[in-house]
Amino acid sequence: MTALGLAAPARLALAAAPIDNRLAIVILRGGLDGLHAAPPHGDPRYRELRPNIAVPAPGEPGGALDLDGYFGLHPALAPLLEMYQAGQMLILPAATTSYRARSHFDGQNLLENGTMQPHGATDGWLNRAIVHLNGGDRRLGLALGHALPLILRGPANVPTCAPTSFPEADEDLLSRLAYIYANDPLFAAALAEARRSKLATAGMNMGARPRRRGQFKFLAEAAGKLMSASDGPRIAAFESTGWDTHFRQVDRLGVQLHDLAEGLAAFRARLGPAWDRTAVAVVSEFGRTAAENGSRGTDHGVGGIALLLGGAVIGGRLAGA
Amino acid sequence: MISYLDNQLSMGPNSPAARRSGRGLNENLAREILELHTLGVDGGYTQSDVTEFAKILTGWRHGALGGKRARQFFGPVHGDFEYFGRAHEPGPKHLLGRRYSEDGEREGMAALKHIAGHPSTARFLATKLDRHFIADDPPPSAGAKLARAFQDSGGHLGQMSAALVAMNEVWADPLPKVKTPLELILSTLRAAGADGLGERRFLLSLRELGHRTFAAPSPAGWPDRARDWIAPEALMRRIEWVRQAVARLPGTLNPVAVAAATIGPVMSAPTAKMIAAAPSVQEGLALLFAAHEFQRRKWCWIGDRCSEASP
Repeated sequence: MTALGLAAPARLALAAAPIDNRLAIVILRGGLDGLHAAPPHGDPRYRELRPNIAVPAPGEPGGALDLDGYFGLHPALAPLLEMYQAGQMLILPAATTSYRARSHFDGQNLLENGTMQPHGATDGWLNRAIVHLNGGDRRLGLALGHALPLILRGPANVPTCAPTSFPEADEDLLSRLAYIYANDPLFAAALAEARRSKLATAGMNMGARPRRRGQFKFLAEAAGKLMSASDGPRIAAFESTGWDTHFRQVDRLGVQLHDLAEGLAAFRARLGPAWDRTAVAVVSEFGRTAAENGSRGTDHGVGGIALLLGGAVIGGRLAGA
Repeated sequence: MISYLDNQLSMGPNSPAARRSGRGLNENLAREILELHTLGVDGGYTQSDVTEFAKILTGWRHGALGGKRARQFFGPVHGDFEYFGRAHEPGPKHLLGRRYSEDGEREGMAALKHIAGHPSTARFLATKLDRHFIADDPPPSAGAKLARAFQDSGGHLGQMSAALVAMNEVWADPLPKVKTPLELILSTLRAAGADGLGERRFLLSLRELGHRTFAAPSPAGWPDRARDWIAPEALMRRIEWVRQAVARLPGTLNPVAVAAATIGPVMSAPTAKMIAAAPSVQEGLALLFAAHEFQRRKWCWIGDRCSEASP
């Protein structure tokens, strides 16, 4: 069967997807410091605990953008302020999972496997959700980046889409390899899935890979573009690294938060009208210590922050008491 | 690791250096030594052990920080380990139920020695070696033997390795492990008799295959399981890499001969058939280097055990 012949049923399956809403999960790996992203400038203890790294109060140079007289938004997140004011961003301060120890790996594992304990499952809750949504339209999902994150691993075949500069391998070579791989289940399954992804994402050329600094925006834009299509994926996950700010936090988070906000704004722009039916969850495995450490940074903690953004979100406020 | 995990910046809260600079403890290195390099995450330590160990390690630095400001702050630049007593936290510390009296640089050595002899460390290292040389999910019997070799020899890695080589489990499967991208690139070039890729192309290849030089995704290092390297998208990248790499190889190579000289003893019938029937030299080589037998690591030719181990 030709590539074209296989592609058509896949497209039809997508067009029949039962939902028109979009969900994107953005995983910030390393532990985002919630007190830096949304500083509680109204709490005098904030500056006591962070004499060297506190975000300046609203009105001061480089100061936070005030939200409600108590919490503010880091100035690098300015592109998100408009979404907040338009009621399209809900901020969840001190949010965290049920994980109480401080290992990145266990914390991320729990966040993604959805069982409330590290290594409680070998697949991801978002993948299982895709299976339950309509009993098996397995092309609802999309992972952007080179590896399939745990959150999207599991019984549903989620395509992955990654930027590359190698020319595509031709179908003839791939079908000969499929024959060769018949005795090796790992290689056979991976190739079969890769070929299915290739068809499902046909025409979604991501182009050459950008430099490291632009990586998140690049993935976010690609996600927005792919999810804007009427027969495109509905559920996507992509991620960003570099949040483990044990030292020089002020400079580093300034860059990280700027890139995050820029990426999310680009995602919205690429989604177009579909933004109104979209929710984006920005999450991290844990937060960081309330007090700064000895290196102008913060160490692993518990409560962090989560953001929900999108036209489908009832926002414009901070959640919780 | 001292630099990567911030111990360079860590200072005991009550040390002279901290009082002068207003800086203090950074527990990153202490935590990852316990979690990733010795006891393992379930190895039986607490947050207090992490903090105490970080205090013990204060002052452990190296002299290789660049930049004018760094030199001003840290002194002359050299590449060696150095102990900076002014950053060391004074007083006794308590780690894993043991008390360490104030002893400067030697506290760290004593603590590492104690941690190295911990049964959790033996188990943790045995599992890592097992996984690297036997299988992604090694049989528990192998782990127990290796852990015993480690403990019986007082933590002698050479004796642990000797015990590994003597174990039947190692030789049971001739192709248990998948090559990393670096191994794949080097073995492809070697098999083809090629000199190299050129620096730029080599680094780009590693990056595109998800194995960027000096950029392991975390302090745990690179993954060591097949499923971490052979995800669908990653396998497609490997195939694409092979396809464009063979385009640069001389057309005088004979794919059947190269296959016999490399994966010969472990080659499956379908692979042999496809390589022999390839429509061109380049496609024959691409099929060989993309074949699972070549993408996997093999050590069945060490010594004379290969013939016993071959299927």
